[in-house]
Amino acid sequence: MTRLAWLALSLMLSTTLAAADGISSEREQELHNLLIQDCGSCHGLQMKGGLGPALLPELLQGKNVDYLSTVILHGRSGTAMPPWSPLLSPEEARWIAERLLQGVAQ
Amino acid sequence: MIRIIGCLLTLLVVNPADAARGTGDLGLFIERATSSVQIVETSGNTSIGSIGELGDLSHASVVYSRDERYAYVFGRDGGLTKIDILKAEISKRKLQSGNSIGGAISQDGRLVAVSNYKPGGVKVFDAESLELVADIPATYGDSQQRSKVIGLVDAPEGKFVFALWDAGEIWVLDMSDRSTPIIQKFSNIGRNPYDALITGDGRYYIAGLFGEDGMAMLDLWNLSAGVKRILPDYGKGEKKLPVYKMPHLEGWAVAGDLAFVPAVGSHEVLVIDMRNWQQAGRIKVHGQPIFVMARPDGRQVWVNFAIPDNDTIQVIDTQSLTIVKQLKPGKGVLHMEFEPRGEEVWLSVRDENRVEIYDTRTFERRNSIPATKPSGIFFTARAHRIGL
Repeated sequence: MTRLAWLALSLMLSTTLAAADGISSEREQELHNLLIQDCGSCHGLQMKGGLGPALLPELLQGKNVDYLSTVILHGRSGTAMPPWSPLLSPEEARWIAERLLQGVAQ
Repeated sequence: MIRIIGCLLTLLVVNPADAARGTGDLGLFIERATSSVQIVETSGNTSIGSIGELGDLSHASVVYSRDERYAYVFGRDGGLTKIDILKAEISKRKLQSGNSIGGAISQDGRLVAVSNYKPGGVKVFDAESLELVADIPATYGDSQQRSKVIGLVDAPEGKFVFALWDAGEIWVLDMSDRSTPIIQKFSNIGRNPYDALITGDGRYYIAGLFGEDGMAMLDLWNLSAGVKRILPDYGKGEKKLPVYKMPHLEGWAVAGDLAFVPAVGSHEVLVIDMRNWQQAGRIKVHGQPIFVMARPDGRQVWVNFAIPDNDTIQVIDTQSLTIVKQLKPGKGVLHMEFEPRGEEVWLSVRDENRVEIYDTRTFERRNSIPATKPSGIFFTARAHRIGL
């Protein structure tokens, strides 16, 4: 019985760890699609730039997740970059920032 | 027997050139995730072929040769591809820049121009051979920076017109003598022109401004009058909503004397009285409008929207200026293209991987074609329209 309880607890823990950022895998799929298709409509589907600047990892060196997620959430005034906070949570913006720094796989 | 007929049909479909058919009911749509296009026909509403390996097709657009046989596809990666739509094959392809946004074909069909983001400028090619004819760098300011170029269109008398996003300028490029390009520049038109259009008669070139209110208009019949600001008071003092996708101004939604354009940063379609270029109305719509397109007879205007409202289409009746229909074709409605006389409209539904065909009278869905992340749809009838 105790064993079972431990098993259940460890299972719960591992589930919690997997979703440490609180984003379900289904939502990650949606975010990935948003990153490629909607961020891509200005930055290019391959993040090589368009009306907005290129966002390739080598060009983002020196910029961290905090900075990038702040720009995503609040936009850049005086530019066409809009604030995404009405559509994305801070955790989701961080998830996108991490993907950008890693390089967006096609 | 049925099997043999089946085989024959397959042969016809695989190699449309053998069928000795016309091209007036053909077109293609972009599948941007797979770097491919599907060739389609609008008489039976079917897909008849596919061509791949076209590079990065983010924001790709298409113009047609005057014989409506060849499609010129402008890719984001600077790729310029000439497709033989009868044979369903690539006849020529070149990478002409690092990053481009669209193109135009000249009045006489002999030149194809491409507008480039990087390096910013316009390149003009021979439509037959795709050999470079003219290279026009979009330099501006004292330090001779280069600007991204947007809103490139063809205009009568051998001209191309385009706008400079970074510089806030409109340039008229006269290519009537291809060995001697003549450029006329108009500066201080307003900040960040994001897209532009030319009226169907080829007279007025109008650029939307992202960085300030109103639109910049150039009367090509009276170039000496310079660029004028129209709708200068639109949106003054109102808080702008975030713009998650740049509106498009391709085509000119006109009904009688009224023109319909997307507002920027507000959920409205603006109505302009073309007799005096004053605002004639504002129609509340479902989201940030992206494409505002009139059915060819001008009776209806169809509107799609930016994320998060891009699952919806609204139809405006141009007599009453009210919304008469709302459709939910699915997530990610990116583009619309009317059949030449407007009885049907094709919609690309990106996130559902379908292209949908609707009857514009009954609003019933007529057909659905499987597609991979479809975006722009372009029919050959564009070949004979100024500015498309």
